[in-house]
Amino acid sequence: MAADGTTQALAPARFGQAEDFFALLKPRVMSLVVFTGLVGLLLAPESMLHPFEAAVAVLCIAVAAGAAGAVNMWYDRDIDALMSRTADRPIPAGTVEPSEALAFGIVLSVASVVTMTLVANLAAGALLAFSILFYVFVYTMWLKRRTAQNIVIGGAAGAFPPAIGWAAATGELSLAAIALFLVIFMWTPPHFWALALFRAGDYAKAGVPMLPVVAGKRETRRQILIYSVPMALLGVAPSFLGVTGPVYAAAAAVLGFVFVAGAWAVWRDGAHPDADKADFAEPAAKRLFGYSIVYLFLLFGLMMLDRVALGA
Amino acid sequence: MAVQPEIDPSKVTPAMWKARRGKNIAIALAVAGFCALFYAITIVKMVK
Repeated sequence: MAADGTTQALAPARFGQAEDFFALLKPRVMSLVVFTGLVGLLLAPESMLHPFEAAVAVLCIAVAAGAAGAVNMWYDRDIDALMSRTADRPIPAGTVEPSEALAFGIVLSVASVVTMTLVANLAAGALLAFSILFYVFVYTMWLKRRTAQNIVIGGAAGAFPPAIGWAAATGELSLAAIALFLVIFMWTPPHFWALALFRAGDYAKAGVPMLPVVAGKRETRRQILIYSVPMALLGVAPSFLGVTGPVYAAAAAVLGFVFVAGAWAVWRDGAHPDADKADFAEPAAKRLFGYSIVYLFLLFGLMMLDRVALGA
Repeated sequence: MAVQPEIDPSKVTPAMWKARRGKNIAIALAVAGFCALFYAITIVKMVK
């Protein structure tokens, strides 16, 4: 470090590189958002969009998700620095200045909403704007640090993409679009609580009231199991609404059954003598967390396959 | 928000200049891409 210290400490943050800004967009989360948004757009009947417009609409969903992630990283920079999972994010790592991350997020948010409105329709643009505002103000700023139900209510933000895709294609929402929303809405709590079980120490250190920190691991295991059952049932719902066919319904039932079995295994891990200890390895929760990502990809992939390849 | 002190240009290393240049190029490309995108959207809407 230089003698003046300050200059050297601040300099790297003021010269962040393009890849640091890309990291602000949470590219891994974005991939799931893009995929579910694309499926929502493809499942919608009688799309009014030209293929190029459809591609731009999906791009808007991706950029909006990334922009919301950047603003989230700006706001959560203090707790991100305390958790091992997030300590290497651009702001706590010192490669991007907080104000730059905020400006980056706001500019991309506005650009994505304006572009979506122009390329698709007002309904899709408004829904996209609402999802960004919900994620930033309701989840990040209001719920995340105040209640153990943060992920239940706030999870709605991540459930919007298929409904936005649907609205972009048709200009309106329908029961099927709401079903797609509900699938992800019910998937979010068991997904994040599985993560929270084996990262409970991190969340406790940062003061984030995730369910295992506030209500204990036993209650978290119970809630994961409770949520996984309606989630699995909702996974089959698109076939009952005529969006997908019987092949999808059968596959979704199997995938849902495996999810519930995984949630049952997490519950059974609670019988281990060390289960309530913070350093318990949580093998079943780790497996369920990994499977939950695969589950959502497969579920929406099967919807797309059923619709496009089998013409359900 | 805290005011960031100015960086002494004499303390800026070649790597930092390179990083800033890369970021500026990325911003320029993003703006150009945005313009091209709206141009393409307009063309598509006209021929649809």
